[in-house]
Amino acid sequence: MTRPYLPAPYLAAVGAALTLTAGMAGLALLPVGAKPISYDLPEETATLKPGPNVELAQGNCMGCHSVDYIITQPRGPQFKKDFWQAEVTKMIKVYGAPIDDSDASKIVDYLAATY
Amino acid sequence: MLDRRKLIKGAGAGIWALGAGATFGTTKALALDTVTMPFENGERPLVKYPQKRPMIGLTSRPPQLETPFSVFDEGAITPNDAFFVRYHLAGIPLNIDPDRFAVEIKGKVDKPTKLSLQELKQFDAIETVAVNQCSGNSRGFVTPRVAGGQLGNGAMGNARWKGVPLKAVLDKAGVQRGARQVTFNGMDEPISDKTPDFIKALDIDHARDGEVMLAYAMNGQDLPVLNGFPLRLVVPGYYGTYWVKHLNEITVVDDVFDGFWMKSAYRIPDNACACVPAGTAPKATIPINRLGVRSFITNVTDGAKLKAAGDTLLKGIAFDGGYGITEVAVSTDGGRTWTDAVLGEDLGKCSFREWRLPVKLAAGKHELKVRAVNRIGQSQPTDALWNPPGYMRNVVETVRVTAA
Repeated sequence: MTRPYLPAPYLAAVGAALTLTAGMAGLALLPVGAKPISYDLPEETATLKPGPNVELAQGNCMGCHSVDYIITQPRGPQFKKDFWQAEVTKMIKVYGAPIDDSDASKIVDYLAATY
Repeated sequence: MLDRRKLIKGAGAGIWALGAGATFGTTKALALDTVTMPFENGERPLVKYPQKRPMIGLTSRPPQLETPFSVFDEGAITPNDAFFVRYHLAGIPLNIDPDRFAVEIKGKVDKPTKLSLQELKQFDAIETVAVNQCSGNSRGFVTPRVAGGQLGNGAMGNARWKGVPLKAVLDKAGVQRGARQVTFNGMDEPISDKTPDFIKALDIDHARDGEVMLAYAMNGQDLPVLNGFPLRLVVPGYYGTYWVKHLNEITVVDDVFDGFWMKSAYRIPDNACACVPAGTAPKATIPINRLGVRSFITNVTDGAKLKAAGDTLLKGIAFDGGYGITEVAVSTDGGRTWTDAVLGEDLGKCSFREWRLPVKLAAGKHELKVRAVNRIGQSQPTDALWNPPGYMRNVVETVRVTAA
């Protein structure tokens, strides 16, 4: 599975789990009565629009959630810098996203300029 | 709690176990088409997930899937393969062995207990039909718009749940004196250990009311994976945020639980309307609780062209926060006059209630409206109420049609 833009630790962990899952699907050496479930999620398709600092948004935001969390938000003049500043601040303060201040302001600028 | 490292290790150890069971796989991203919600930036992919029919895709990691609205015209029960999906945290359990699954009951209890699925099924089972609706259902229609999942009206569903009363399980463990709340945690977990785990709480009396259920079946089948397999909490009459999926940890506490998802998130203004003037902040908030009254026309869509001659049958659904719908009325003239609809079968006080009404429409444009009243006299606002998180939307719905 290709999952672009994820920080390496996340990729390693989830990638390994999913690959094993996919690999196991075909095997049939099973104890009687066991009915384990193996569920494969479809690949992600949404991507961020290009723009200055898009790589910071990809690197910092996409570790915990897919791009569609961003691109489905309301649009328009009242959903620019203040709106995205509040969202990025929430991700840092509430959800613990490890984003340093200078990156955070560049991400806000990217989001406000692009969405 | 499912640990990421354990998941990987467990996956290796379980190679022979897994072949025995079901594999729900698609490796391709399956965007079949797009649908456009009637609000700005409302285009969504129609996506195909294992165990699900094509659903409206809101997000993919974690998955959030909305039920296409036409499903609600198929009947009072929402099929499992069309039931909406909402997760908060991307670490969702994808490999689950129901034979090894157990739910733990701990905290302020005399006998901390672990119950397997087989042991849960030894308890006397109960069944109830109940609506699960996301707190933010219809958020995309909120004006002025607010941040959050931009949902249409499809983050709701009605199913027949089967399981064990939470009370029976708590009684077996022996709740100790001084218990105040019970907390619920599932196998889904955050990616970062800095992100608060999704844990919800109910007051002890609510938890022991005999209606709150540990459900292992939905519409006569195992729960779909994305709806909480193999066990979820069912809290009839309450918003979906409490219906914790993949439930494996129940803790009795002697205080009011102050985790993020209770203390800071899923809060509504502490007043009768759960609303504030648009753009303002509430002075005080409380945890979201019972569903507001809602009603929908399901067989006529906005912009439809109908025949002017003869009867047009309007039909739909209504529901509330667990008191039961007693009245549904329909207006064909934009709300000036109202006619009582005929209610369908009563499947229970927490269920969708179907309704129908034949109407005659003269040639021209019409605003069709529907509103419901429940057993304690609650109804729906003519103009939408507003709160900062965009919860509990339940305005009287309007469908504009042209008869010719």
